[in-house]
Amino acid sequence: MSKKKKSGRPHQSFYAKHEAVILGSLSIVIIIGIWQACWSAGMISPLFFSSPSAIVKQFRYTLVEGTLLADMKYSGTNFAIGFVLAVITGVIAGVLIGWYRRLRLFCDPFLNAFYATPRIAMVPLIIIWFGIGIWSKVFIVFLSAFFPILVNTVGGVRALDRDLLRAAKAYCASDWQIFKTLAIPGSVPFILTGIRQGVALGLIGMVVGEMVGSSQGVGFMVAYGGQTFNTDTLFVGMIVIAFSGILLTWLAERLERRFSRWRPER
Amino acid sequence: MVKLSIEHLSKRYWFEREDREVLAVNDVSLAVEDGEFLAIVGPSGCGKTTLLNIVAGLLPYEEGTVSIDGKRVDGPGVDRAVVFQHSSLLPWRTIAGNVRYGMEMQRRFDEATMRERADHFVKMVGLNGFEKHFPNELSGGMQQRVNLARALAADPKVLLMDEPFAALDAQTREFMQSELLKIWSQDRKTVLFITHQINEAVYLADRVAVMSARPGRLKGVFKIPFGRPRTLSLKRDPQFLEIEDSIWQLIEEESQKLNMVLAEK
Ligand SMILES: Nc1ncnc2c1ncn2[C@@H]1O[C@H](COP(=O)(O)OP(=O)(O)OP(=O)(O)O)[C@@H](O)[C@H]1O
Ligand SMILES: [Mg+2]
Repeated sequence: MSKKKKSGRPHQSFYAKHEAVILGSLSIVIIIGIWQACWSAGMISPLFFSSPSAIVKQFRYTLVEGTLLADMKYSGTNFAIGFVLAVITGVIAGVLIGWYRRLRLFCDPFLNAFYATPRIAMVPLIIIWFGIGIWSKVFIVFLSAFFPILVNTVGGVRALDRDLLRAAKAYCASDWQIFKTLAIPGSVPFILTGIRQGVALGLIGMVVGEMVGSSQGVGFMVAYGGQTFNTDTLFVGMIVIAFSGILLTWLAERLERRFSRWRPER
Repeated sequence: MVKLSIEHLSKRYWFEREDREVLAVNDVSLAVEDGEFLAIVGPSGCGKTTLLNIVAGLLPYEEGTVSIDGKRVDGPGVDRAVVFQHSSLLPWRTIAGNVRYGMEMQRRFDEATMRERADHFVKMVGLNGFEKHFPNELSGGMQQRVNLARALAADPKVLLMDEPFAALDAQTREFMQSELLKIWSQDRKTVLFITHQINEAVYLADRVAVMSARPGRLKGVFKIPFGRPRTLSLKRDPQFLEIEDSIWQLIEEESQKLNMVLAEK
């Protein structure tokens, strides 16, 4: 059986199998090549822009002699603490608010107000509260990631499939059994969507928090590079942030897909 | 011995928005014997699902009585199990887990018994080897078999089925009909089977009750004289066709009356 399956598409060339990767890498290589060529030809002012070679050089420098590792560790710690707290509290609060109608009605105005306000607008206030140590950054990450996780979890718990609910009731299921066997498993894909959104928003919170009120971290590195017209450093910071974002989102997406295995439409 | 008895049952739905009520079931009386397979046919919207949901204890009712073994039905109970039109399986549970589900909710069996029964009924519906699969990996017919196994595993006294094969293609449907008869013949539970295919009702049932278009009342009950086991070739028997035809006429007559009423308005 499995042999037959494999021979289903027998004459696939190396190119056909890896088309996406090959074309994707090709575009990156060409863009970097053109960029570097323009730079070498003196068409780009080093004040406003940087070059691949300068970025690599600066990356190596900050990594070996500068504070890149320390900055990454600092940012990573803030993000990790804030994010884990957001997942734990967001899921627990979301499940409770989704399940208990009265609690939901009670919390609704407050949630709507928070959800509609860009959390970034609260950064200065949070820095006044928590100072410029790590806890203001942790709290900003927490707040940024908390709401998407909460809102999605609430939606997931509430989106109880009516057919399944009817079946459970026909078999005399108690409220607690319905909660355990329908509401919780049914909300897992929603929670994971919330986590994926939380990753993206938490990362933004982390960078903004460090830009506004910090003397460490990758966000600070970008802000400081900008203030001192050190464009190369600025680019190193941006690229580190971009890659963390891509990596974390990719991880979250994989998790999401893995747990939604039983959902055919995903 | 009468297992399930329905006496003068009526059910009204109240529409808040329009401030009017709809009579969905109108004064239905019906007695189902222990071990009898009774089918209800009727046009779409005549209140078949409403009736079944009341018997299942999923819908409250005010007028009339429904009782099982002489005990009034008010709420779901372990003496009944339902096979719904849509398979309503838990997508995140495996087949084995879904077959267990009814038993788990009812908490009547211990762990070992549940495992044993789940195993037994998965085999009975011919799904051995698929225990670890998820519902979305199964065809519609297979999903309905899981649904049936889940109901049977809960060991109900009365099995309620609401158009369980309606979503299947004609061929799978016929196959499932003969499978159902085979499974049913093993322990002859009392069955209330709802369908709008006359041919399906006549093939499966000991008696066929015909409901009229809305408001659903009982038009007549046909005794099906064929012995068991039945084979699919029965569907071409002249007597079978004759019964099918007279049921058809009864429903036809009804819809003509309805048309006349509508024309008068
Ligand atoms: N939840 C409800 N609220 C209000 N009216 C309802 C409700 N469910 C059913 N009805 C009404 O009751 C009538 C009977 O509905 P029911 O679902 O029992 O019909 P049915 O015979 O099962 O039809 P079908 O063959 O299409 O499944 C319909 O005319 C419908 O308008
Ligand atoms: Mg129906």
